[in-house]
Amino acid sequence: MFELLGVPPQALFGQLLLGLINGSFYAILSLGLAVIFGLLNIINFTHGAQYMMGAFVAWMLLNWLGLGYWWALVLAPIIAGVTGVVIERLFLARLYHLDHLYGLLLTFGLGLIIEGLFRNQFGSSGLPYQIPAELRGGQNLGFMFMPNYRGWVVVASVVVCLATWFIIEKTKLGSYLRAATENPALTEAFGINVPLLITLTYGFGVGLAAFAGVLAAPIYSVNPTMGANIIIVVFAVVVIGGMGSILGAIVTGFGLGIIEGLTKVFYPEASATVIFIIMAIVLLVKPAGLFGRTA
Amino acid sequence: MDRRSLLAGALATGFSMKAMAQAQQPVPIKIGVLNDRSGLYADLTGEGSVVAARLAVEDFGAAAKGLQVQIVSADHQNKPDVGANIARQWYDNDAVDVIADVPTSSVALAVNQITREKNRILLNSGAATSDLTGPQCSPNTVHWTYDTYALAQSTGGAMVRAGGDTWFFMTADYAFGHALERDTAAVVQKAGGRVLGAVRTPFPGTDFSSFLLQAQASKAKVIGLANAGGDTINSIKQAAEFGITQAGQKLAGLLIFITDVHALGLQTAQGLVLTESFYWDLNDGTRAWSKRFAALRGGNMPTMVQAGVYSAVLHYLKAAAATKSREAAGNMAWMKANATEDPLFGTGSIRPDGRKMHPVFLFEVKKPADSKGPWDYYKQISTLSAEQAFRPVGEGNCPLVRA
Repeated sequence: MFELLGVPPQALFGQLLLGLINGSFYAILSLGLAVIFGLLNIINFTHGAQYMMGAFVAWMLLNWLGLGYWWALVLAPIIAGVTGVVIERLFLARLYHLDHLYGLLLTFGLGLIIEGLFRNQFGSSGLPYQIPAELRGGQNLGFMFMPNYRGWVVVASVVVCLATWFIIEKTKLGSYLRAATENPALTEAFGINVPLLITLTYGFGVGLAAFAGVLAAPIYSVNPTMGANIIIVVFAVVVIGGMGSILGAIVTGFGLGIIEGLTKVFYPEASATVIFIIMAIVLLVKPAGLFGRTA
Repeated sequence: MDRRSLLAGALATGFSMKAMAQAQQPVPIKIGVLNDRSGLYADLTGEGSVVAARLAVEDFGAAAKGLQVQIVSADHQNKPDVGANIARQWYDNDAVDVIADVPTSSVALAVNQITREKNRILLNSGAATSDLTGPQCSPNTVHWTYDTYALAQSTGGAMVRAGGDTWFFMTADYAFGHALERDTAAVVQKAGGRVLGAVRTPFPGTDFSSFLLQAQASKAKVIGLANAGGDTINSIKQAAEFGITQAGQKLAGLLIFITDVHALGLQTAQGLVLTESFYWDLNDGTRAWSKRFAALRGGNMPTMVQAGVYSAVLHYLKAAAATKSREAAGNMAWMKANATEDPLFGTGSIRPDGRKMHPVFLFEVKKPADSKGPWDYYKQISTLSAEQAFRPVGEGNCPLVRA
């Protein structure tokens, strides 16, 4: 059989597609991080825990209230977003005048606390969450069997990513947000409620994480450590894309998912480290990241 | 009676009272339960193993038998260096006599080495690698509950007999996965089957779809999952998602615990064939104990690892009560010389290489419709006697038995 780099092309296409799917998670999560960092200057290490919360809220909605996947997709980001607003008001708002590091340490600690609470309550092996009936099954693409649900994940994340990019870069609300980051005092002088804007932005970023969590719930088991496993990778994605760059987060999210997928074919043992190797190289060559602006 | 004999009598009474006091002085025993308390094996070992150890102390009536038992516990985070440091600290500074449980083969192998150096006792329940009674066997270690050889014999053997003669392995890339792949491949080849390939997956992982597609492309009849805990859960879930099992390939979950089945849900887990040496619903003895355990663990039934910790600690306490000492060599000699007896594993024995011998069961996960209630998950398919399940004592390359 014809082979490409020692791998049958069919398998290669399959892996590319899988990489794209995993990249969808990286993209939404790193987008949330980029929004929060770009607009609040907070390195939000709670993001992994908030992603995990999204999955757990979906599980709770189903098992405690009987509300299915589609409800969860809407409600979980809102519920998690509200907890984000509380965290921002209660803790983060007190830190804006300090160095980034304080925000990083605080959010890192909060993430550990949230993870610990969920682990105590629900154990570590996770909870089952089924794929919604409408999205079960899959398509035979010739080179691979494509689960409908994974296809939906790619579509949903592309739509969410583009919508977020559009809101921030192309709408009036987005321009207020960007103005508030550049010069909060001046923006406030124009009669815009900057603290409210910042609080809502954090809530929105958290909502994005929770949205990714709901998307992930049927694929991975709903597990307290799911956030801790992915957050380090996502941070590497953000660093490679350029801290705070919306476009960078989206493009590198998908791109690195694909690179990781290919590594799983050619040298599977390295697939957990390949993103960090790329991060090291990018930091050497372009310290601000691929899409970052040098200050 | 003259003064001299009175004095002698008084002295004698004094001596004998002192001797009695010494005899009644309880022997202090410290047991360290070392396992994963926060990571992917925390549910199947973790606090549950500590509860099991406490139940053993309680059931034995240690205090009444002259033992003053203290149980400590720590989290090794599945990292060999962390586990080794805790073991050293416990042995050197905290006077710990016995370390129990120690899941994660890489950590267990490290603790095995240190226990031997410090001449204490390791009662391993959670780790699977058969090297613990093979090349790395130690006079200070008992490997209690199960091992990769038994898993391979039982699940692997059953799958090959059912016609699964070509295999592809998805192997967690550390000591445990490698040992399980090696032992299962040997069983498959011995039965006339072939291994078409293997992929080493980073541990712990979350997304296994790439590896599953490689396994699918190999066209092997059986995909052997040489992994455990969350890795296995995600592999099985994703295999169903990608239609791999529906397309006719079979999954062999080589190490699946009841907590994994609980996490998967019967909908996804039904039909899986798996090996355990303990199930809560085996008989009246296991049911009674498991209900006590579950009452202390928020309704969660014990895994075989936790049951193994109970059984191992119970047998050790019998040894310590018989020898009235904390000394490792004497207690190990007693433990190997005397049959084990408890409600969970029945009657058993410990071989010179440290292998605890008891039967092993092959189960099939029930369909949701057949399950009568929570934790009613398994249907028993067959039982392997200890001799069928565990590696013959002469074949493990254990220096203790060659000598």
